[in-house]
Amino acid sequence: MAQTEIKNYNLNFGPQHPAAHGVLRMVLEMDGEVIDRCDPHIGLLHRGTEKLIEHKTYLQAVPYFDRLDYVAPQNQEHAFALATEKLLGIEVPPRAQYIRVLFAEIGRVLNHLLNITSYAMDVGAMTPMLWGFEEREVLMEFCERVSGARMHMNYFRPGGVSADMPAGLNDDINLWAENFVQFMDDLETLLTENRIFKQRTVDIGVITAEQCFDWGFSGPNIRASGIAWDLRKSQPYDCYRDLEFDVPIGKNGDCYDRYVVRILEMRESLKLIHQCLEKMPGGPCKVDDQKISPPPRAAMKSSMEALIHHFKLYTEGYHVPTGETYTAVEAPKGEFAVFLVSDGSNKPYRCKIRAPGFAHLQAMEFLSKGHMLADAVANIGSIDVVFGEIDR
Amino acid sequence: MDLDIKELGDYISSTIGAETEDVSYAQNELSITVPVDSLLKVLGFLRDDPNCQFKQLMDVCGVDYPSQVNRFCVVYNLLSLTLNLRVRVKVWTDEDMPVPTATELFSSASWFEREVWDLYGVYFTDHPDLRRILTDYGFEGHPLRKDFPLTGYVELRYDDEQKRVVYEPVKLTQEFRSFDFMSPWEGVQAVLPGDEKAAEADNEGTS
Repeated sequence: MAQTEIKNYNLNFGPQHPAAHGVLRMVLEMDGEVIDRCDPHIGLLHRGTEKLIEHKTYLQAVPYFDRLDYVAPQNQEHAFALATEKLLGIEVPPRAQYIRVLFAEIGRVLNHLLNITSYAMDVGAMTPMLWGFEEREVLMEFCERVSGARMHMNYFRPGGVSADMPAGLNDDINLWAENFVQFMDDLETLLTENRIFKQRTVDIGVITAEQCFDWGFSGPNIRASGIAWDLRKSQPYDCYRDLEFDVPIGKNGDCYDRYVVRILEMRESLKLIHQCLEKMPGGPCKVDDQKISPPPRAAMKSSMEALIHHFKLYTEGYHVPTGETYTAVEAPKGEFAVFLVSDGSNKPYRCKIRAPGFAHLQAMEFLSKGHMLADAVANIGSIDVVFGEIDR
Repeated sequence: MDLDIKELGDYISSTIGAETEDVSYAQNELSITVPVDSLLKVLGFLRDDPNCQFKQLMDVCGVDYPSQVNRFCVVYNLLSLTLNLRVRVKVWTDEDMPVPTATELFSSASWFEREVWDLYGVYFTDHPDLRRILTDYGFEGHPLRKDFPLTGYVELRYDDEQKRVVYEPVKLTQEFRSFDFMSPWEGVQAVLPGDEKAAEADNEGTS
């Protein structure tokens, strides 16, 4: 029988594919069932965020950060607020720092819940997704109570937070955090030792520590390869310095380790949430500088000065001294940074957004080469990509 | 040997100072300006020198200053896990002068440089795959340049007669409004007309 020549063929994965976690188009060159070449095409969700921010005042730029990684919006705002504060040379009051860290950790849980459960669904487990979304809804209610919006909070402003926490929220978060431990245990019984889940993830998409450096990895993905690197520990910002937590690391740098690191990180986040609630100091929740933070509504009814300040802040905004800074935070997905250049005007001259997912997705070809088609899906899920932040 | 950021700046000036144009220190951040020709040498040194070990290239981005001769500044943000420090390497270029690619040194540079090429039009020589990355297929122009309008030039809609998406020139019902918020008595450092002598007097007072 004559031998048949089998040619490689190109496969379009996405842009509409449930396992693409958004609008990712991947052109895969397949040798049978094995991936030979993988070329992710991004930019389908490009909205020109950086260009738009150059035309907005610093305060108006904050909501754009919610719309980057819309799974955990507050962590992005955090980076921008810190960068602007650095250029302004202001220190936010302790209460604002604690509130921010509290909600940044809630953001981390929000993110990891979505990532782990949707990743589990990509590799075949339906139930975690349903459970996880229920918990996410509870967390988003906390966000709503504090800022008025479930997702796009617009809460972390340069100079503090937009409003203080309402009465009773502290206790409700505490109660939730106590019950969440049980949820985590239940979630783990579904996945951690699950035979099918392990078959799909163990030894898939292995990346070593050196390769992580080369590809600019950060966050849970670099920790899964055994590097204990966490910006909250190594370059602490806000009140992380005063809080106790551990940095879980993996060993093999495969898809399964990335999952386990995220699970353990959620448990660490719970510790941080408890500590924040316990240590929450009193006092103001924004800087006492009326040129940067708006006056209270009540003052505007009687004080002419407050009215002027309010008007100036919401039309012109504040001028930020000339300078530039690269300020990074440990967002749930990795190092999220803002490179902010100011020319002394009321608008950022340049605001480059460094999204962790951008660097992670870039390594997709490296991670998937030689793997089966189905493993590409596991890889995408495990590196945790969201196209809001990658395409900007 | 553990260096803090100032010592690192001194160390860099004393070792490869000849290759750099400027080593500056502001906001607790170190920034090195290098000429295009020695970019790779400096990046390689920062990566491999045992006292630096900036093994991670976290970000590459462009900044546009249209008033300058070399209008584009390409900024490389490096991170060293061993020192727990960051350093910024800057290189200045214009529309025509290409910058050597850093993909040989850092694999992560590939997409970052594609992005700078896409948004600013800075060309990187020897880049393995310099295609557009964020903008649409067939896009023209470099949108993050300061002379590119915020609204862009084309908009698209689905045309029901042709049964496809068509591109058309942007039609705005209202002209894009840009307000001048520079108040003459705060924020700007420029000397006001008729106020030159006061600025001179200030300078004499400080010096």
